[in-house]
Amino acid sequence: MGRPLIHRSPMPGLGLSMGITLTMLSLVVLLPIGALLLKGATFGIGNIWDTVNRERVWAALFLSFRLSFFAALFNLVFGVILAWVLVRYRFPGRRLLDAAVDLPFALPTAVAGIALTALYAPNGAFGAIAKELGLKIAYTQWGIFIALIFVGLPFVTRTVQPVVEEIEREVEEASATLGASRLYTLRRVVLPMLMPAALTGFALALARAVGEYGSVIFIAGNIPLKTEIAPLLIVIQLEEFNYDGAAAIGIAMLLISFGMLLAINLIQVWSRRRIGYV
Amino acid sequence: MIRTITLPNGSTEIGIELNQLPDGRVTIASGRHNLTGWPVQQRRRSLRGLFSALAAVTFGAAPVAHAETLLNVSYDPTRELYREFNEAFAKHWESLGNAAPTIEASHGGSGAQARAVIDGLEAQVVTLALASDIDKIAKEGKLPADWQSKLPHNSSPYTSTIVFLVREGNPKGIKDWGDLIGDGVEVITPNPKTSGGARWNYLGAWAWAEKNGQDPKTFVGDLFKHVPVLDSGARGSTTTFAQRGIGDVLLAWENEAYLALAELGEDQFDIVVPSVSVLAEPPVALVESNIKSDEQRALATAYLDYLYSPEGQAIAFKNFYRAWDASAANPEDVARFPQIELVDIAHFGGWAKVQPEHFGDGGIFDQIYVPK
Repeated sequence: MGRPLIHRSPMPGLGLSMGITLTMLSLVVLLPIGALLLKGATFGIGNIWDTVNRERVWAALFLSFRLSFFAALFNLVFGVILAWVLVRYRFPGRRLLDAAVDLPFALPTAVAGIALTALYAPNGAFGAIAKELGLKIAYTQWGIFIALIFVGLPFVTRTVQPVVEEIEREVEEASATLGASRLYTLRRVVLPMLMPAALTGFALALARAVGEYGSVIFIAGNIPLKTEIAPLLIVIQLEEFNYDGAAAIGIAMLLISFGMLLAINLIQVWSRRRIGYV
Repeated sequence: MIRTITLPNGSTEIGIELNQLPDGRVTIASGRHNLTGWPVQQRRRSLRGLFSALAAVTFGAAPVAHAETLLNVSYDPTRELYREFNEAFAKHWESLGNAAPTIEASHGGSGAQARAVIDGLEAQVVTLALASDIDKIAKEGKLPADWQSKLPHNSSPYTSTIVFLVREGNPKGIKDWGDLIGDGVEVITPNPKTSGGARWNYLGAWAWAEKNGQDPKTFVGDLFKHVPVLDSGARGSTTTFAQRGIGDVLLAWENEAYLALAELGEDQFDIVVPSVSVLAEPPVALVESNIKSDEQRALATAYLDYLYSPEGQAIAFKNFYRAWDASAANPEDVARFPQIELVDIAHFGGWAKVQPEHFGDGGIFDQIYVPK
């Protein structure tokens, strides 16, 4: 007698809730991605490879993923600090600052892009200072980097914040009474607890940045091989009514994103195991 | 009864009506407070009305096929032209004894607009930058393949050309296309892949090189190496050049250049007219498959015909387009156009040839950016 393949859960409501979940997921996520893959399947793997395997496409993909990674990394560090400050300290304007963290979600990305470009263009407020120092920000890769930081900022902060709230002071106090220095407590006690949440935020910020189009398009110079992001290449293919080419680059981005998110998930599993709970 | 009121500070509040003051103001209970203010729009809200309002907010109002509505899907720089033209046409249409029509105009990159119509945007009239974009729509069977012969002048009621916009006093001394590839000159143009106007920029440079004994491919390649920012549309490029202060020269639609001068100050920019440029003929067409009724057909036909009328042509002249019939136009509007040697698309072999050869995937434009 083998074990039954599917164990029925003793919890009631599985069928109904699972049905709703699958329907929603299918409608909103699986169907569009399935349509994309189907489009790719009719186009053929060889053709997809030929579309993607061009210097300009590789350059755009590399640019998009590299800048997204570093922007997410930046957000990981500063998002955790921001979350820490918002939870641990009481200061005037804290609630205002807390609310402002969500603004990148609320603002249309095009508005953000235009505002950032106006600030960082050589005749803008920050851009003029940068120009004095001999730096160009808008219309270079730095501009794209700043736009990606902007759109990804809330993710790490918002995922880490509740965890910081949960950390009990006693744990830190115990660490201190056992003779640990502040830095040691931070490194060995606090950060491991924050790590899984921070990584989740990092993954979200990364995924968001990779797909970002609206804000980047204004601040990037959009010069092929230099400041052309992968989503723009997709739009260009669409402008040529080349839906297959657009789908091919879309699939390439999907696969790379999937690989990166999988890797982050594995790191997360590993970091959870390491601290032994959560 | 639930009422919406406007508070003295301008914000609105919704709550249950408590009482009505003799001067018309209403007091409502809103959360912890009772608020008094002027009621907003005393409309009865049935549940169904609320639902349809919600649906309209969520999904955008459903297009209702009234005979008197018309959607004109146009490209980027025609905003000002059609704003004025639509008003004039509505008056004209009413003066013929018809009910006031609702005319809407949608603007965006020419290619994206064509795609929207192909994907089901119910435009009765398209007025795009390039014949090849309308050809794409015709290919989907939405209008007959010979659409361009239905109206005079290849269905182009107005034309335009490409000129240079430079900074006041022309500090880099730019006179013609050849000066654009001088040392340290930065040129602003949109991306020909995404912008119809930019294709004309590209072809203008090509035509100049041909006439001046240079290899056009090399020249155009050099030109685009002087471009620091490739915006996706003509308006974006104008903003980059005029507002962000990037670049020494903007390759622009003539109407866009005059508009920049008028809106941003004549003391900031100069228009430089090159020795040779292109004759851009933005075409217009009736989208047959989106015509719902005879009344709508009459309206759409009259709309396009009015573009060719002396009044319509005068409005085009006024908005810096080179139209055909100057009989009703302000002579000043006509006289301000300098004479340029203009090359039309037929010179390059027509859009059907130019589009794939120059701007298609892997075409001549793409090759500029292939590293050697």
